[in-house]
Amino acid sequence: MKRTAIPRKHADSPQELVERLISGDRRAAARAITLVEKGAAPGTELMKRLYRHMGRSMVVGITGAGGSGKSSLINHMIHVLRSQGRRVGVVAVDPTSPFSGGALLGDRLRFQAHSMDEGVYIRSMASRGYLGGLARATTDVVRIIEAMGNDVVIVETLGAGQDEVDIIHVAQTCVLVLTPGMGDDIQAMKAGIMEIADIIVVNKADLDGAETCLRSLEATVHYGLAEKDADWIPRVMPTVAASARSEDVRGIEDLVDAILAHQSYLRNGTAIHEVQAKRVEQELGLVFRDEIQKVVFKGLKGTGKKRRYIRAILEGRTDPYSVVEEVLKTFLKV
Amino acid sequence: MGTDKIKVIVSKVGLDGHDRGAKVVASLLKERGMEVVYLGMYQTPEGIIKAAVDEDADVIGLSYLSGEHLVYTPKIVDEMKRYGLDDVLLIVGGSFPPEDIEVMKRMGVDEVFRGGSLTSSIITYITENVR
Ligand SMILES: Nc1nc2c(ncn2[C@@H]2O[C@H](COP(=O)(O)OP(=O)(O)OP(=O)(O)O)[C@@H](O)[C@H]2O)c(=O)[nH]1
Ligand SMILES: [Mg+2]
Repeated sequence: MKRTAIPRKHADSPQELVERLISGDRRAAARAITLVEKGAAPGTELMKRLYRHMGRSMVVGITGAGGSGKSSLINHMIHVLRSQGRRVGVVAVDPTSPFSGGALLGDRLRFQAHSMDEGVYIRSMASRGYLGGLARATTDVVRIIEAMGNDVVIVETLGAGQDEVDIIHVAQTCVLVLTPGMGDDIQAMKAGIMEIADIIVVNKADLDGAETCLRSLEATVHYGLAEKDADWIPRVMPTVAASARSEDVRGIEDLVDAILAHQSYLRNGTAIHEVQAKRVEQELGLVFRDEIQKVVFKGLKGTGKKRRYIRAILEGRTDPYSVVEEVLKTFLKV
Repeated sequence: MGTDKIKVIVSKVGLDGHDRGAKVVASLLKERGMEVVYLGMYQTPEGIIKAAVDEDADVIGLSYLSGEHLVYTPKIVDEMKRYGLDDVLLIVGGSFPPEDIEVMKRMGVDEVFRGGSLTSSIITYITENVR
C-alpha cells in the first residue's frame, strides 16, 4: 500500500495511545506493545500512564516443553471462554534466535479458528534474548492487554523446566503442560517447577502411558502437599488438545473450570493480593535493574573505563563484583 | 534495549495445500533478523489483516501457487483500506504469468516476486522500504 509521509511508528503520542487502548482500540494496543517492546523512552512514558489503569483480568500462564500442545490447548480454551461471553487476550512468546536476532513465531497459526473474532486479541512475541521463558517486556505487554478490557489474558511460554519459572511472577494461575512417556514428569519434579504449577495438565492423553503419567503426578502432588500445608491443592488432569477427529478432543471444559476455580480461590480470600504484590515486586526489580544499568553505562560512555575494567578482569587484577561495587559508588553515590 | 525489529506476517492464501515456499521464505527472513509471524495455510483475507493489526506488522507477505492471486489480492487490499493499514508493505510471491505483476501492482501491491526470484531480493526490498 502507498507509503504515507509520516513514519507511523512514531506518529502517536504515548498519551493518545493509552487513551485509545483503554477504550478497547486494538490498533492502539498493538502499537503500544511495539513501543514497550522497543524499550525506549516513549515506551516508558506509556507505561507510566498505563499503571494508573490497572486491569482486573484473570492472568493465566500456560507453560511446558516445546511441542507439548500449549497452543492447541489455548485454541480450545479460547473457544470455551468465548462461549461464556468473556473477552480473551493471548500473548505467545517464542524464542529469538541467538545467532540472527530474528524469530519465527508459529503459535498464532494454531489460533486460526478465532482469526475473525473481534473479542479475541492475539499477540506473538519474540523473547529477544531475555531468559526465563519470557521476553523482558512480557509483563508490560500483559498490562496493556489487561487495560484493553479483556476478562482473561493467557500467556504462552516455553518452559522446559529448569529455571524457566518467571511465568509465576506474571500469571495468577499457572498451568504446566506435560505429555506422557517422555520422562517429563520426572524432569518437572527435579526442576522444582511443580511448586509453581496450580494446575498440571497431561496433554496428549490419547497416547500410551497417559494413565501411568497421571498416577505418578497425582502421587507426587499428594506427597508434596504433606509438607506444604497449602490451601490450594494443585489439580492434575488429562486433556487431548488435537486429534484427526475433532470429537476426540477432550478435557478442555474441565481445564477451564479448574482455572476458574483457582481464580475464585484467589479472589475469595487474600491470596490474590499476595500474587499481585509479588508481581509488582518483580516489575520493580526489573525496572530498577534496567535503569541502574542505563545510568551507569551512560556515565561510563566515552571514558574508556569499561574497556579498562574488562582488561583488568581478564588479567586477574580484579573481578566483576568489585568493579560493580566501585562503579556504583561513583555513579550512585552510595 | 531500544531495538527496532521488522515484523513480517507470512501467509498462504487460498485453497491449495502447499506451503513449502512460504515456509522457506519465513525462515530466511528470520535468519536475517526479522520477527516472522507464520500463519500457515487456508487463511482468509479478513484473518490475515486482523493478524497484521494485532501484531502491528510492518510487512504482509502473501504466497500464491494455484492461480487465485487475482481473486484474493483485491480482497486483501480492501481489508487493508478498511483497517487503515496504508503504511504496511504488501508483497506477493509465487507463480503466476508475468503480465499479472502489473495488474497486482495496480491493485495496490507494493512489490511482486515471481517464483524463482532470489530470496535475497525480497530481503533487500523489505529492509529498504520499511519505515
Ligand atoms: N496426539 C496428540 N497430539 C497433540 C495433542 N495436542 C497437540 N498435539 C500435537 O502436538 C504438536 C504440537 O502442538 P502445539 O499446540 O503447537 O504445541 P506447543 O506446546 O504450543 O508447541 P511450541 O509452541 O512449539 O512449544 C502438534 O502437531 C499438535 O497437533 C494431543 O492431545 N494429542
Ligand atoms: Mg505454541
